[in-house]
Amino acid sequence: MKGTLLQRMDQGIRQFVPVGLTLLLILLDAMPARLPGYAPVSPLLPIISVYYWSFCRPDLLPPAVAFALGLVNDVIMGSPLGVSSLVYLLVQGMTLSQRRLLSGRPFMVGWLGFLVIGSGAIALQWSMISMIFGHFLDLRAVLFEVLMTVSFYPLVSWLFARAQLALLKSS
Amino acid sequence: MKQHSGTLGRLATLKLLAQRFAFLSLVMASFALMLLGKADTLLVERLRETVGDVVAPILDVMSRPAGVVSDIVSGVHDLAALRAENVRLHEENATLLHWHTVARQLDNENRALRGQLNFVPDPDPSFITTRVIGDTGGAFVHSMLINSGVREGVRKGQAVIAGEVLVGRIAEVGQRAARVLLLTDINSHIPVIIENSRAKAILTGDNSDRPHLNYLSPNTNAAPGDRVVTSGHGGAFPPGMPIGVISSVQDGIVRVEPFVHRHQLEYVTVVDYGLAGVLPSDGPAEGRER
Repeated sequence: MKGTLLQRMDQGIRQFVPVGLTLLLILLDAMPARLPGYAPVSPLLPIISVYYWSFCRPDLLPPAVAFALGLVNDVIMGSPLGVSSLVYLLVQGMTLSQRRLLSGRPFMVGWLGFLVIGSGAIALQWSMISMIFGHFLDLRAVLFEVLMTVSFYPLVSWLFARAQLALLKSS
Repeated sequence: MKQHSGTLGRLATLKLLAQRFAFLSLVMASFALMLLGKADTLLVERLRETVGDVVAPILDVMSRPAGVVSDIVSGVHDLAALRAENVRLHEENATLLHWHTVARQLDNENRALRGQLNFVPDPDPSFITTRVIGDTGGAFVHSMLINSGVREGVRKGQAVIAGEVLVGRIAEVGQRAARVLLLTDINSHIPVIIENSRAKAILTGDNSDRPHLNYLSPNTNAAPGDRVVTSGHGGAFPPGMPIGVISSVQDGIVRVEPFVHRHQLEYVTVVDYGLAGVLPSDGPAEGRER
């Protein structure tokens, strides 16, 4: 199992795949889309990543990592510090606790699970940010954001499944 | 054997407890961070600026293909509307030619009057035109990242414009990147006047597309279509910068449709008018630098 140094390095890099993909989605989210009307309702892609890896490979996305990823997201997005950390942590925890219900089921169950957990996460984010700013944010925009995020789930999870097959199959 | 499995079981319980504890303490840490962000804005700002500097080059490279996408989309749009656009432009050109004449006359008159009054002109502003490398889309924060920072002379509180219209102001500056707070963001408050009635107000964002006017005196007649410009009060922006037109007046809430289209912003201009700015978190050290 030990293998040579190179093999161990290779293994180490592969373990980094979920974190790396989440970071990539955080950066993608911060990119200007330049499509009319897209910016206010752009999906919160990193939540998909946290959810997906929490139920496929929870060992590679422990709570501390989810927390750190949230921090990175908040810093880049300019949102109040700690909000995404809390949201990612709770998504991770919720998914982990429902893992037995979700794993080994058809894709639709996973999507439904994301609908529940993802919309809960965005609702939490909405209430936290509204509380910090002391002003209720427009609910319609948030609803659209939930819709967009949930409808991006099939594409993102399909890409992740490919990545998982290609890079994490051996372990 | 039995004792052995008992120890294992106890170990497993301990491990589970430790995990629960770690999770809970991380949740507490998130709340602590939120409080910290409210209390010590300077420290949080430093953190943001540092991380912003690190990701700026990555975002810079990543955002280039986005420009291609927008070019293709707008190309298709343009082709479809070519004829109609041409007719519209002809009409607009006729109107603009008329206004050009009027503007020349007014300019001459203005110069003559200024000469008579010994008028001291405003200092010439300095410009930095820079690329937009990040647009933090979403319903929660309306801000953008630009590809210039302290090195290029960007300072906190400077106005950001696209063409002639106001986009927002600089909220955070790192060495090579800065964050622009858009005027639709919930934390954006800009002193404005309605151009026709000269009524003063504060344009306040609420994370919707259309910010609203606060502190407008109740007997002002604001009608849809009225232009809203910066008033220059408070010293953050020079007076007279176009912002948008009033789009609706409902139940005493006056909403403004900004001229700026967020998705079209590829390059913006950071303008330094040499005004002090009114941002409270500008420390004395920064003040001395100017």
